[in-house]
Amino acid sequence: MSRSASWLITPLLLAGIVLVWEAYVRAFNVSSFILPPPLEVWRATVVLMQDPRTYWHIWITLLETVAGFAIAVVVGIVFGGLLGKIQTLERTLNPLIVGLQVMPKVALIPLFIVWFGFGVTSKIVLAAVIAFFPIMTNTILGIKSVERGHREVMQALNAGRWATFVNVELPNSMPFILTGMEVGIVLATIGAIVGEYLGGNQGLGYMAVATLNAFDVKSMFGVILLLTILGLVLYFLVVMLRRFVTPWHESVASGR
Amino acid sequence: MTVHKPASSVGIKLKGIEQRYKVRNSEVLALTGVNLDIGAGEFLVLLGPSGCGKTTLLRIIAGLLRPTSGSVEVGGQQLWSGDQRNDAVMQELGVVFQDANLFPWMTIEDNIALPLKLRGVPKAQRRKRAAELCALVGIAGFEKRWPRELSGGMRQRAAIARALSRDPHILLMDEPFGALDAMTRDQMNLELQRIWMESGCTVILVTHSIREAVFLADRVLLLSPRPGRMDTLRTIDIARPRTIYAQSTPEFQTHEIELRQRLDTFA
Repeated sequence: MSRSASWLITPLLLAGIVLVWEAYVRAFNVSSFILPPPLEVWRATVVLMQDPRTYWHIWITLLETVAGFAIAVVVGIVFGGLLGKIQTLERTLNPLIVGLQVMPKVALIPLFIVWFGFGVTSKIVLAAVIAFFPIMTNTILGIKSVERGHREVMQALNAGRWATFVNVELPNSMPFILTGMEVGIVLATIGAIVGEYLGGNQGLGYMAVATLNAFDVKSMFGVILLLTILGLVLYFLVVMLRRFVTPWHESVASGR
Repeated sequence: MTVHKPASSVGIKLKGIEQRYKVRNSEVLALTGVNLDIGAGEFLVLLGPSGCGKTTLLRIIAGLLRPTSGSVEVGGQQLWSGDQRNDAVMQELGVVFQDANLFPWMTIEDNIALPLKLRGVPKAQRRKRAAELCALVGIAGFEKRWPRELSGGMRQRAAIARALSRDPHILLMDEPFGALDAMTRDQMNLELQRIWMESGCTVILVTHSIREAVFLADRVLLLSPRPGRMDTLRTIDIARPRTIYAQSTPEFQTHEIELRQRLDTFA
């Protein structure tokens, strides 16, 4: 499919979904408390956008997501690098790390709130813990997937461990790490919002709960719309990083 | 555009080289009884049927593989002492592999100058040297390109430039032109002869092409099938620089036919 065609089809598809939504609400006479029609949601969103408090909540969610994500990126790459390089470390620590991942983090939120309070810290920790795993595993994968021929070049050049890491293993891992980061930013957003759902009185997640508790369903849909836009913007920012970090890679060359 | 001519070339002494591999519980003898003096500035070609251990022998000389027994002496220094590689000897070697093995995340220039970067040579100097080497191997103007933007032949040229960048006294090449088409290959052979003559370094090249072997070599070492042993050591005394037309002289063809006949007895 050509580029221009996809530019045209995506908005059409979106318009189609909105139309089906509208048609469904009208045909089955659905109550506004259950599913408000698209136009009402839009109006509620506009009202939300005119309220300065909304921007405060957006800012809080953005802060939690980005801070949690940043921590996940640093810790994920450092741990991934260590575990990828040191086999014994990976063997001993892996069961622990996987166990931590399998554990349902949502169940830990009350604990995080006890530990870190109702403020942004507990949400940042949650976002970081959830986003960390895909970044770490992808870093390990990237380091291990260095081509044999590339390793031999470094051996023939008598390069040390650090030189090999900086010049070969790390750049080789970058496309993998970026893929992990694309998953990670989505998970960090979810982590921050779920955290807000369950505790505290700020952020878009809290707003969603608050509007629902006030039976203001159309505003709740508006909050969800804002959340979706926030998530999309963050995701595409990470995707765009690829162009700058790995301009050499096929995924960039092919205009991904 | 000259290669910094090494002050003095360096010869290699191989003594009693033997290589065994462990495959599950049994041991395989890959290479045995290799005793050879390679002269300073010589062009030696290793030829043999596949699986004869010619790549193994090259990897041993490159320090990528420690021989089960025997010794490699480069310019009077042992390559191995215990299980420790001699860094000074490793500095003398440049290796070109079957695949160019360029790093896709580095420009051609950065790939070529990587050995200098590892040595701590400043960036401006590396850039200058890379430009010289690009000119030498015939890819001037491609310094800022990514490897994926170059053809296979050009990538292999860049790999040769990389191997030459720290002025090795010894250039080791493992079927460097095996993946190239016949025409590009002929041209690369000519270029390699020129680079070798300009640089004055010692070259050891592995190939399975008899024509390539005769065209390039001062001496051809023919290895027997597994376990690889020294079968024939043949001096090729065709005048230099050799042209593509040298291949149609009776002298050239005699070398080629006699080597082929010997190879055929292995089959």
